[in-house]
Amino acid sequence: MKRLLVFIGLFVLTLLANRFLPEVIDSYYVHLLTLSCINIILAVSLNLINGTTGQFSLGHAGFMAVGGYSSATLTYYLGPKLILAFDFLPAVLAKNFVFLLALLGGGLSAAILGLLVGIPSLRLRGDYLAIVTLGMGEIVRVLILNVEKIGGARGFSGIPAYTSLFWIISLTALTIAAVTSLTNSSHGRAFLSVREDEIAAEAMGINTTYYKVTAFVVGAFFAGVAGCLFGHYLQLLHPNSFTFIKSFEIIIMIIVGGLGSIFGSVIAAVILTLLPEALRYLGPVKDWRMVIYSVALIVLMLTRPQGLFGAWQPDFRRWWPFKKPQPVS
Amino acid sequence: MQEFLQQLVNGVSWGSIYALIALGYTMVYGVLQLINFAHGDVFMLGAFFGYYFSRWTKIAQEPTLIGFFATLFFAMAACALVGIIIERAAYKPLRARPRLTVLITAIGVSLLLENGGQLVFGADPKFFPSLIAESRLYESENLIISNLPVLILIVSIALMLLLRFIVMKTQIGKAMRATAFNREAASLMGINTNNVISFTFLLGSALAGAGGILVALTYPKIDPLMGLLPGLKAFVAAVLGGIGNIPGAVLGGMILGVSETMVAGYISSTLRDAIAFALLVVILLVKPTGLLGSRVGEKV
Amino acid sequence: MRKWVIFSLTLSLFSACAKKEDVIKIGEYGSLTGTTATFGISTKNGIDLATEELNAAGGLLGKKVQVVVEDDRSLAEEASSAVKKLVTQDKVVAVLGEVASSRSLAGAPICQENKIPMVTPSSTNPKVTEVGDYIFRVCFIDPFQGEAMAKFAFNNLKVKKAGILKDSKNDYSVGLAQYFAETFEALGGQIVAEESYFEGDQDFKAQLTSIKGKKPEAIFIPGYYTEVGLIARQARELGLNIPLLGGDGWDSPKLTEIATIKKPGDALKDCFFSNHYAADDPNPVIQDYIKKYQAKFGEVPDAMAVLGYDAANILYDAIKRAGSTEGVKIRDALAQTKDFPGVAGSTTIDSARNARKPLVVLKIGEGGKYEYTATVNP
Repeated sequence: MKRLLVFIGLFVLTLLANRFLPEVIDSYYVHLLTLSCINIILAVSLNLINGTTGQFSLGHAGFMAVGGYSSATLTYYLGPKLILAFDFLPAVLAKNFVFLLALLGGGLSAAILGLLVGIPSLRLRGDYLAIVTLGMGEIVRVLILNVEKIGGARGFSGIPAYTSLFWIISLTALTIAAVTSLTNSSHGRAFLSVREDEIAAEAMGINTTYYKVTAFVVGAFFAGVAGCLFGHYLQLLHPNSFTFIKSFEIIIMIIVGGLGSIFGSVIAAVILTLLPEALRYLGPVKDWRMVIYSVALIVLMLTRPQGLFGAWQPDFRRWWPFKKPQPVS
Repeated sequence: MQEFLQQLVNGVSWGSIYALIALGYTMVYGVLQLINFAHGDVFMLGAFFGYYFSRWTKIAQEPTLIGFFATLFFAMAACALVGIIIERAAYKPLRARPRLTVLITAIGVSLLLENGGQLVFGADPKFFPSLIAESRLYESENLIISNLPVLILIVSIALMLLLRFIVMKTQIGKAMRATAFNREAASLMGINTNNVISFTFLLGSALAGAGGILVALTYPKIDPLMGLLPGLKAFVAAVLGGIGNIPGAVLGGMILGVSETMVAGYISSTLRDAIAFALLVVILLVKPTGLLGSRVGEKV
Repeated sequence: MRKWVIFSLTLSLFSACAKKEDVIKIGEYGSLTGTTATFGISTKNGIDLATEELNAAGGLLGKKVQVVVEDDRSLAEEASSAVKKLVTQDKVVAVLGEVASSRSLAGAPICQENKIPMVTPSSTNPKVTEVGDYIFRVCFIDPFQGEAMAKFAFNNLKVKKAGILKDSKNDYSVGLAQYFAETFEALGGQIVAEESYFEGDQDFKAQLTSIKGKKPEAIFIPGYYTEVGLIARQARELGLNIPLLGGDGWDSPKLTEIATIKKPGDALKDCFFSNHYAADDPNPVIQDYIKKYQAKFGEVPDAMAVLGYDAANILYDAIKRAGSTEGVKIRDALAQTKDFPGVAGSTTIDSARNARKPLVVLKIGEGGKYEYTATVNP
């Protein structure tokens, strides 16, 4: 009962934030908040694959692209018909219901791609897996470039602006909660065992195939959700936004945060979203923005290679009002 | 048939370039297990070094064969130096660290070279001087073979043979092979592995620089981002042939160059960039360690 | 932890240093880094020159004009961030940008929502000005150029069979190709081959070999000079010696430099392209501009620089006529722009907020020199 009340309370809070935050905070900061949250979802989902399960995946931008484009195709081509079908609901609810469908559609298509990418992981290790995932991401991008119906090389414009603060905040929270609880469950233990020593895990009876593919599928699903939010926020999707450079940017986020640390991924995603924007304010040195960014990256790796938080996770369980940690007798 | 041959000539040309760059990737991976993402940008630097050198020494105004070789040599030497600097400054301090850390550093170096290049050289494309006059070696209605693709092939083969000689027949080559096999044991045997690693970077970067010059001769538009895609494709070529395997890199490069051109010519030119990766996925599914890679049994 | 405190303090220091001078702030967003950096920089050069001249002549409404430039790294999401910052943080009164239609489409809704006029110097996708009544453009839209070149090819060059090689990554190129094909076929001609490439490609031999096989009498290549130079060279290398035709994307001093086999520009000898102006046009507006640009930047301006210059000047002229920096008034003044003497032709803004101006057809002659051939009026 208490749990239900807490959830309802959070739900209401998010609705209030959606309504009132833009009036209290400048729209530029709302914009930064939106971008940060999208990157948080991307980083946390990638962390599940790379950090927790130890699978070297360099193609996350591909999942994001699939999610974004498939959800946009849904809302652009089928959206108007669906909204008409729901005209017994008030407009706001109909719109958001369609968006929910788009989110699920985007996430699921990305998850299917995750399944396809997870399969080679069975035979490939380490660097070979890395290059195959990189390749998958690039194949997705080039395929998109060639399909005129979704804008092709000139981009998919005219996507309806369904992303609102409500969705951003609730989906970010949902992603963090889902990945955290997955990591802290027996599934999570299995993921960690695959990361630590795959052969030993297999010998202990863990179906490493199942867990590796699951990591890819779940990670891909959330990346697809992020892609959907991205597309419906910018109202535009362009293949240039989904190159391997984008995949690298997300990898950088999870490394800087500390591989394996969900908390670290969140913090690093926020910092690395805000940093290039902050560098715009450097006045005369503005042109050197990207050079400074790359130098900072190299210096960070040389001085603190384990990232900001290493694999440390804060123990939030002590604050969760329902399950007290069991005393060891 | 003639059109096919025309496409083939083109494909072999690109194949040689990819092979040259792939060799650098594969050698560095062999000794360090590092994917040096900055390697494609060294290729770009080779083209730019050649550009500035040939204009500075006025070779651009009066092209001669000697001038071409001087430019080539200068570019290779300059790139070799850059390679060693990058290795010493960015990779050496991280030798003991996990591979992912060094990978991120490599990405950082790559971004630095690209963005720095745009700032220093200017983002606008530059025109590489015609150091070798183009002439037709064979001409018929449907097939024209000019001297440039042939030159690329000959220079690439020469460099690859030179590399093979160094790796197989010299002392340092033996040291490289030993270090690639087992770094600790090699250093226990008295090999200065640090120097060997630096030498590997030197060789790889020099080859990439040569690739840059050869590409700039044939496709004379150069810009700071030109190394991005060829670098990635060369890496795919190296993995295709079996990463760490030198003949594999050459094989992978050739296969990639030819198939890419064939697809662009006969199926769709806009699918060109995807072919490299599609090919990779297919081959790796069948031979997970690449075409010539050896299956290393995993010790428990 | 300490590092972040120092970092944020340094940052706040920089923002506190923002001088509170009496200036009119104009925003500019463009790709100064990334894959299309060369176009963003050219545009910026044009805008800088225009602003410099304006400030030297006393500024606007008694104040100096300051252009705040933001880089978007050739990415749509960065364009969105850049425009958001310019409009909400820097509080600019108008925005200039962008070159690429996709990035203009990312920034336009933000300008429209905040009632800040936006003038794009070179985005050609019709959808850009459809975003709202605050969005304007000062360049041709595709139908005009595509039709003009098709008519020129058919009527003047007597070409009956043409091939097309277009850049699939650019609205501009795809649009031009589409209208060229439509007009050419309506006139009775035949498009025998149509191939594409991507902006940034280096090797076009595969496509050219395929086109060659279909035996066209001319090829329409409505791309940017960055690729056209190479295409011309490779076409000649493959033995394709037919005339090549193009649009204003060809305009750049680098075009003939790259399209050189033995002598400058010989790969493009006797080829034609449509442009905003002819460099040998004795019109003092044009000659002055070329001289000034060359003095400041050391090279002849390309089409992007010219359009950037005109866009900036048209905006400044509108603000002058509006007599105020209010968005509504600037918008109305922009909509009323008539026969503005731009370098890129006498410009009038029509009711769809697009530009109407005449076009010239230039021939590339000996040594890469452009020769004026014909004028086409809207």
